[in-house]
Amino acid sequence: MANKVLVLGEVREGVLRNVSFEAIAAAKQIADGGEVVGVLLGDSVANLASELIAYGADRVVTVEHPHLKSYTSDGYSQAFLAVCEQEKPEGIIFGHTSLGKDLSPKLASRLSSGLISDVTEIEGSGEGAVYIRPIYSGKAFEKVKVKDGIVFVTIRPNNIKPLEKNASRTGDVASISVDVQNLRTIIKDVVRKATTGVDLSEAKIVVAGGRGVKSAEGFEPLKELANLLGGAVGASRGACDADYCDYSLQIGQTGKVVTPDLYIAAGISGAIQHLAGMSNSKVIVAINKDPEANIFKVADYGIVGDLFEVIPMLIEEFKALKVNS
Amino acid sequence: MNIFVLVKRTFDTEEKIVISNGKIQDDGAEFIINPYDEYAIEEAIQIRDAKGGKVTVVTIGGEDAEKQLRTALAMGADEAVLINTEDDLDKLDQYSAAYILAEYLKDKEVDLILAGNVAIDGGTGQVGPRVADLLGINYVTTITDLEIDGTNVKIVRDIEGDSEIIETALPLLVTAQQGLNEPRYPSLPGIMKAKKKPLAELELDDLDIDEEDVEVKIEVVDIYLPPQKAAGRVLEGELSQQVKELVNLLHSEAKVI
Repeated sequence: MANKVLVLGEVREGVLRNVSFEAIAAAKQIADGGEVVGVLLGDSVANLASELIAYGADRVVTVEHPHLKSYTSDGYSQAFLAVCEQEKPEGIIFGHTSLGKDLSPKLASRLSSGLISDVTEIEGSGEGAVYIRPIYSGKAFEKVKVKDGIVFVTIRPNNIKPLEKNASRTGDVASISVDVQNLRTIIKDVVRKATTGVDLSEAKIVVAGGRGVKSAEGFEPLKELANLLGGAVGASRGACDADYCDYSLQIGQTGKVVTPDLYIAAGISGAIQHLAGMSNSKVIVAINKDPEANIFKVADYGIVGDLFEVIPMLIEEFKALKVNS
Repeated sequence: MNIFVLVKRTFDTEEKIVISNGKIQDDGAEFIINPYDEYAIEEAIQIRDAKGGKVTVVTIGGEDAEKQLRTALAMGADEAVLINTEDDLDKLDQYSAAYILAEYLKDKEVDLILAGNVAIDGGTGQVGPRVADLLGINYVTTITDLEIDGTNVKIVRDIEGDSEIIETALPLLVTAQQGLNEPRYPSLPGIMKAKKKPLAELELDDLDIDEEDVEVKIEVVDIYLPPQKAAGRVLEGELSQQVKELVNLLHSEAKVI
């Protein structure tokens, strides 16, 4: 029984990320009737507290400081540890995002605790909870339990269902002041490269291209489709190695592991290393000229054909669907 | 520059996973250096070649990991250390691995530590930042560019597809993201030389670590394969009809659009 579980509300460009709402749902399950406390860190974030409460947090603690404007492991760990000091949580949940992956190991080290990373499902509740996480990039899964110390978990975006948003929920919002100092890292600039503005790991829809895309220009129709569907563009190692796109788009055992609702694989043969990164997607569509391509073995729906014919047709059909619905 | 690289021996990315008696079978499997650690080794070698110094590769594992250490030496690392826990520990988690590595590194006057940002087997990405924390040094994860000028360090960091430009200083631990460099293949002379390079083997006793210091905080209770996906449907007919049908299926059957 975890009496109190802290959830980090992750803010990106002034907006709370979905994974934080998913983390609240996970925290409720672990807390088993105990308290779920949202934590907001930043230079001006208190206005977001009500949204965490609407998604199920019982109350919210904020730490605001100019040095928390950009994420740094030093700044955020000082602030979060100050919250831990006050709250003495028995559980902590973060999203398994760029920020969560960077910050959680440092905090776990500070707290001398274990850390169960990249959890996709939680079975049971309270002390008996078992955490399921992919290993070998999803080629297998393991069930993990906490043996000693607090429950510290990062959850993979898009896997645990958030609670229904309810704006009538109320809860206390308190701030603590922390003298955030001695940051050893200075963020000089952030260069936006993500193609559609939708983060690959959180995207509900991913349109991915492989060697069959043939060139950097060949990704244009894929980007158009992804934009139309509000999704993100991904790629296989083959496409990245051939310089058709940036490595940051790579999906696979080396690269990102994604679990969107819909994964459209265009011109991707389906090497084991790629399948590891996407085969747990809910629905997979494969488009490939080669009917023997491995990708058809994991696809729910397949079209044997040239992606440069199929993708433009798909764009037209989706546009028509949008108009009609 | 006193440079250390943390490496891990992992299954080859092309290997299928087979489980029997609740354990992953490794008989006959091909093993490699974790691909992200290869970027770390390459970067370390390039920095040493430019600035002088020494590159030491360190791993925790059993006798078998010697092969991967020799590969790192053949790529150009100067020394290797195998912390052999085979006889002492049957369980290791990220907490214990970081503890062991930090105990080894704490008196080494480290300038720079490199590691992969994640191992492709366990996939937690915890050990690097944990080691940095235990040593009291700063860390930057998922880097795609690294420039060192004296003790000043300029880094480009991948954050979910965007790039963050960072300034920090040595001593430092960084974890490598794909795109940092192109790891070299060991050359034949490199392989010959590697056989004579120092490879030290240490056990927990040599590091004054008691088994109870490294008791795991989390424990694995089961390992299993994901359910086999039923064969999907390959659509038929005119291409334009197939596309119409697909959109219809995604909308009304799969309900993802």
